[in-house]
Amino acid sequence: MSTETMTRAEAAPAVLPVGRYGYDQIDRTFLRERIEQFRDQVNRRIAGDLTEEEFKPLRLMNGLYLQLHAYMLRVAVPYGTLGSKQVRALARIAREFDKGYGHFTTRQNIQFNWIKLEDTVAALEVLAEADMHAIQTSGNCIRNITSDEFAGAAKDELLDPRVHAEILRQWSTLHPEFTFLPRKFKFAISGSPHDRVVARFHDIGLIARPGPHGRPVFEVFVGGGLGRTPIVGVSLRDDLPEEDLLAYMEAILRVYNAHGRRDNIYKARIKILVQALGTDEFRRQVEEEFVAMDRARYRIEPGLVEAIKARFGAPAFAPAGEAVAVLAEDRRRDIAFDAWVRTNTHEHKAPGYISVVISLKPAGGIPGDATAEQLDLLADLADEFSFGELRVTHLQNVVLGHVRQDQLHTVWQRLSQAGLGTANVNFITDIVACPGLDYCALANARSIPIAQKLSSRFANLELQREIGDLRINISGCINACGHHHAAHLGILGVDKRGQEAFQITLGGSGEEDASIGQILGPAMAEDETVDAVSRLIDLYLVRRENGERFLDTYRRVGTAAFKDVVYAPA
Amino acid sequence: MPLLENGHPVEDTWRYAVESEALGAGDIIVPFDRLSEGLGRTEGRLGVVLPNSESVSTLKEALPKLALVVVTFPIFRDGRAFSQARALREHLHFTGKIRASGHILPDQYEFLLRCGVDSVEVSGNTDMAPWEQALRRFTIATQPSPVLDEKPTGFGLRRFLATP
Ligand code: HEM
Ligand code: SF4
Repeated sequence: MSTETMTRAEAAPAVLPVGRYGYDQIDRTFLRERIEQFRDQVNRRIAGDLTEEEFKPLRLMNGLYLQLHAYMLRVAVPYGTLGSKQVRALARIAREFDKGYGHFTTRQNIQFNWIKLEDTVAALEVLAEADMHAIQTSGNCIRNITSDEFAGAAKDELLDPRVHAEILRQWSTLHPEFTFLPRKFKFAISGSPHDRVVARFHDIGLIARPGPHGRPVFEVFVGGGLGRTPIVGVSLRDDLPEEDLLAYMEAILRVYNAHGRRDNIYKARIKILVQALGTDEFRRQVEEEFVAMDRARYRIEPGLVEAIKARFGAPAFAPAGEAVAVLAEDRRRDIAFDAWVRTNTHEHKAPGYISVVISLKPAGGIPGDATAEQLDLLADLADEFSFGELRVTHLQNVVLGHVRQDQLHTVWQRLSQAGLGTANVNFITDIVACPGLDYCALANARSIPIAQKLSSRFANLELQREIGDLRINISGCINACGHHHAAHLGILGVDKRGQEAFQITLGGSGEEDASIGQILGPAMAEDETVDAVSRLIDLYLVRRENGERFLDTYRRVGTAAFKDVVYAPA
Repeated sequence: MPLLENGHPVEDTWRYAVESEALGAGDIIVPFDRLSEGLGRTEGRLGVVLPNSESVSTLKEALPKLALVVVTFPIFRDGRAFSQARALREHLHFTGKIRASGHILPDQYEFLLRCGVDSVEVSGNTDMAPWEQALRRFTIATQPSPVLDEKPTGFGLRRFLATP
């Protein structure tokens, strides 16, 4: 950390962090005790008192994976919200313990791919100083609760889901009953009818809205998932009252813990149980447990919610003033800026404000990677323009939630100078990719080079604007960490007689119209795949009607034409 | 096999029934499929081993006559016994002893206790230090135990852990 940032961090008044729960001494003690435990375990491993076999479950509890070349540390970013001080801590870890960069993931976390075992405790201490940790970022437990990257900001939002995400975070952290489930368990929660959290592809997806008495109610989706058996989750309840949120979640997890399969890891997720029992029978079992519970014990009183909410800092929005007019004028004067505003911003609920998506997908770049210098810049921008708050998106970008419209041009200039001004959000080069064979021990193929090739092929921004919204997601194997099934155009790395090859899937979506992409045909080599994508795009441009997106044209026209253009070129 | 209670080894006054031998007198733990035989006995206290694939409700009738239920971990990763212990306490209001046996890590000790388990069987050559430490090391949890009444920390879900 430079002396300058040090002074800034120390000089910061002890106010609550905007957009996330502010730790108190009790939370810090909790973390400290867990780190001491991990320090012991690492020391026992280094001394040889623990074998790698015995160490494995212990390190996984702290987010430490053994990858192809090194240990990987996955840091939890609860509901994707980070403070500037935390971002600087991440930059410091990238600089001191990694090779100068970190990788944002599709579950709003950040991974460091080159951590040495001897350094892990020191890295966890840097995290703890910034109220962060890596607990439950792996293992068969409830993982990081993800949420909407525009939470608390989006104009279409009905309520900020992060207070309930925090309640779920606390409840699920080292939960005594649910830390050794049949398989990992992923929650997502949104407070907007527009699903930006992929709720229907999670073990549990929650959509919150205000209820009749002013307290929130939740729609509960269960049993969605990707991996080798992609399944769209089913709606278990539409009207779960806030006070029963934890009771109902416990009931679902109890049924899963008792009956989820443990004989085959490929069939161990809750989605398989829900499918095997059928939605009605699964719901019946959950209800049976739910009514048997002493609900008073699990009730979330409004007072508890308010007390947690009181630990969240709220942004103090200034009156709009001339901000809207200034932005309009800036856009009129600067075409490149205008193009960026069109793609990389999102409507804000407060007049005069706007949310900014910072693309971590420069032409030819590695999706989701950020260098230590970029992280520091993001922290500075968050401090100067967005109440010190930053969000990670499940599409591997970063969001400044609350920027005043009259400052947007300055923000864009600063981003552009650092190579972070790419105007491609939701375009064909806004690619999501898992780490793949460059890092991951389970991979069949490298995800990153093909992402880079596609990104270079379509680098021309005018062409990208012409193509419009198109989601490409790439996974290096069937585990689907890159969400390829949920992409309009998905790419899956497979092993074809010992060679890396890629399958294309078309027609997936992770939003309200959730659907699973269908495999187009046999896998191809990397360059052939890139060419095939070009031909698919050409066909779409010819066939589209009235401003259709690629996905809409595909759904209307059907698979055959797209298949022909790839496998039977004229 | 040493038995741990409150982080310390204690004397085990129970014995396990031996296959194809009569149960005899004294405190005895029977396998699940010999439960009715055990219930028919008149002298000594009775315990039963609950396989982790069984629902605790199968013990509902027998429970008033049971002083001990043993929940099992074929491997530490198989966490069904946590739910069974919790359900015995929460739904069936079992007040006897719950013992955990099988493949268990010291790092799971805290979770077992918070689900209502009292004692843990550990193998003969186990280093006791990590078990004892596991109890002393932690003072805070971020959610209430499903069965214990732990002291709240002031607001929210957090609880102070009871240190023995
Ligand atoms: C690099 C090492 C990684 C390994 C070894 C790994 C392993 C796995 C495995 C085995 C699955 C399949 C689980 C199942 O369906 O039961 C999976 C799914 C998944 N992982 Fe990873 N993963 C890695 C990296 C990542 C990254 C970087 C992310 C982003 C946070 C991620 C997020 C996901 C997601 C979203 C899924 C699929 C969705 C679902 O849960 O159904 N993984 N991963
Ligand atoms: S999808 Fe496969 S290759 Fe990619 S990170 Fe997940 S496990 Fe590794």
